[in-house]
Amino acid sequence: MKALLIDIGSTFTKVTLVNLDPPFLIGTSQALTTAATDLMEGLEKALEAFSPEQLNGVKVKRACSSAAGGLRIVAIGLVSDLTVKAAREAALGAGARVLAAYSYTLTDQEIQEIKGLKPDLLLLAGGTDGGERKTILENAAIIAEAGLEVPVVYAGNKVVASEAVEILKNKVPRVVVSRNVMPEVNILNPQPARQAIRQLYLEEITKAKGLDRIQEQVGLAMPTPMAVMRGGELLQSSWKKEVVVVDVGGATTDVHSFCDGKPRTSGVIFRGLEEPFAKRTVEGDLGMRVSIFSLLQSLGEESLAANLPFVPEEGEITAYAMRVHNERGALPRNEREMYLERALAMSCIREALLRHAGSLNETYTPGGRIWLQKGKDLTKVDLMVGTGGVLVRAQKPSDILGGALKDRDPLALTPVNPELYLDEHYILSAIGLLAEVDSGAAEMLLKEALAPTGRDED
Amino acid sequence: MIVSCINLYAVFDWEKPWFQKEAGIVPQTIIVLGVIGADVHAVGNKILDVAFSQHGFKVVNLGVMVSQEEFINAAVESNASVIMVSSLYGHGEMDCRGLREKCREAGIGDILLYVGGNLVVGKRTFAEVEKIFQEMGFDRVYPPGVLPDVAIVDLERDLGL
Ligand code: B12
Repeated sequence: MKALLIDIGSTFTKVTLVNLDPPFLIGTSQALTTAATDLMEGLEKALEAFSPEQLNGVKVKRACSSAAGGLRIVAIGLVSDLTVKAAREAALGAGARVLAAYSYTLTDQEIQEIKGLKPDLLLLAGGTDGGERKTILENAAIIAEAGLEVPVVYAGNKVVASEAVEILKNKVPRVVVSRNVMPEVNILNPQPARQAIRQLYLEEITKAKGLDRIQEQVGLAMPTPMAVMRGGELLQSSWKKEVVVVDVGGATTDVHSFCDGKPRTSGVIFRGLEEPFAKRTVEGDLGMRVSIFSLLQSLGEESLAANLPFVPEEGEITAYAMRVHNERGALPRNEREMYLERALAMSCIREALLRHAGSLNETYTPGGRIWLQKGKDLTKVDLMVGTGGVLVRAQKPSDILGGALKDRDPLALTPVNPELYLDEHYILSAIGLLAEVDSGAAEMLLKEALAPTGRDED
Repeated sequence: MIVSCINLYAVFDWEKPWFQKEAGIVPQTIIVLGVIGADVHAVGNKILDVAFSQHGFKVVNLGVMVSQEEFINAAVESNASVIMVSSLYGHGEMDCRGLREKCREAGIGDILLYVGGNLVVGKRTFAEVEKIFQEMGFDRVYPPGVLPDVAIVDLERDLGL
């Protein structure tokens, strides 16, 4: 028995063919995605790499997709440090891009903004269970009035859930009620909202995005980032290690961490909304292709030059950026460009880790010094896995992963000396897809998929 | 049998208006509790939490080292009736200043504010200290070592329960 696992990206459609009994990787292949015509064409092209015998016996087909802009969500909550943050976490964990997040009662201007953003889904939160109820009902009414053709997941105060549904019913395409993303102050409960988002993604959004043929023919299961997340979750639970996954893409750099991230040293106090065990962040300005200009802007060319073994010529970096930004599927052509690519990837990872990880803040009390922790402590994470085209293609991926961890900011809680692994065949998302069908086989494949690239000792 | 039925509803649907009418209960009173500023004295906070919870109030306990913003955010999300601030380490006056004004900014200007702990520092009498905190906008100010029961009685009176 075999499984065919498909990842339809906006640039490439990747397929992974695996044997299930016993589990091993048969091969992978990719072709340019044919978004303009029919997504199935790209898939068929990618499948040409396999012989009919190889494809014989495929019993399981599952796909994930990040094509057509991925899953785009607007999150709405009450207080920005609490339910707004909780709603963001839930949406990110469902594999979405959070286009914007709003607090308190929505204004006319914000509704106009939301209309302009054209999200696939609204995640509506606000109030603890039994807590504040006025604002979320007002927001439900404002959304109902606005004539937004967008499905809504309600994940706020449970007490007024049915009232909110009454208000929204027949005014938006669908309303699904999930459990509250923050049932009590500072307590996060993202899982039910993630399920609800996924349900709407499969039942409503794929249709709206023209992914329904893929859905019919190969069984679209989830957005790609969610598949990567599933892969990471499986790695954490089966290897019983604390894990960080960095996924460097053309448009974004995603970081996933799987650990509780609580303070690890005495004298450190955690404050605020608790952090999700499985946490994902997406950096839309850090990417190797589509987002290369925003990457250069965020970091500055000087910081990039610090990671190059040569002094770049005037305009060299910009020229490279122009080329890879404009040519679809462009790759480095010579050694200098390879170094540029490496330095860019290192910067993406370093900056994305800094934003994902928590930080310490020094505070003096009459009894002495104390540290306040915000966000997750990743310093004791056991392994860091790199995935994404640039790492998979790199000659020495360990240089990139290790280099990104050097010269730590002592107040940033980024990983310290984790074991480094590479998702060598670029199949972590495929493993995540398989995990829901056959977790035993997926676990076995993890071993084959992840190549140790050592620790960064010096 | 009837008792267990009621418990079942109490878990799932106690806030539905029809059930409240039927069973003669009203929504739980919500208290936001915490120790303000850089203060780490945790024992009194735990005792207050247990005492108020056992009385039937819902306690949102933020623990120690709580900033003004955290008190207010928690009160907004939970629709609390009162914020109960503890300060034990002698810096209460400084830490509590501006809390009422920030509540007004956040749209909960009418919320009850209680404060207790070791508010008296130096040679001042409790009456002087009480006046200072009342002028800051606190509705009730407690002397050191006051028992939770005192606050329970006051709260029920202030809320007209
Ligand atoms: C244990 C203790 C510590 C421990 C705390 C351990 C911990 N994590 O809890 C440690 C060693 C860390 C500590 C440190 C300090 N402490 Co100390 N500590 C004490 C001590 C001995 C007991 C506190 C206690 O637990 N009491 C028992 C509980 C049940 O009582 P409670 O806290 O007062 O709370 C009750 C009531 O006050 C009331 N209440 C409290 N808040 C509120 C609020 C409302 C709305 C209501 C209705 C009621 C209410 O209800 C509670 C339950 O009945 C007291 C002295 C004392 N005997 O009180 C000093 C004391 C509080 N500490 C004091 C000081 C000065 C300090 C330090 C500054 C000392 C230093 N320089 O290092 C540091 C400050 C550290 C910090 N950042 O907070 C002073 C405060 C002086 C002041 N306010 O004028 C005290 C009073 C000692 C003294 N007499 O000098 N301390």
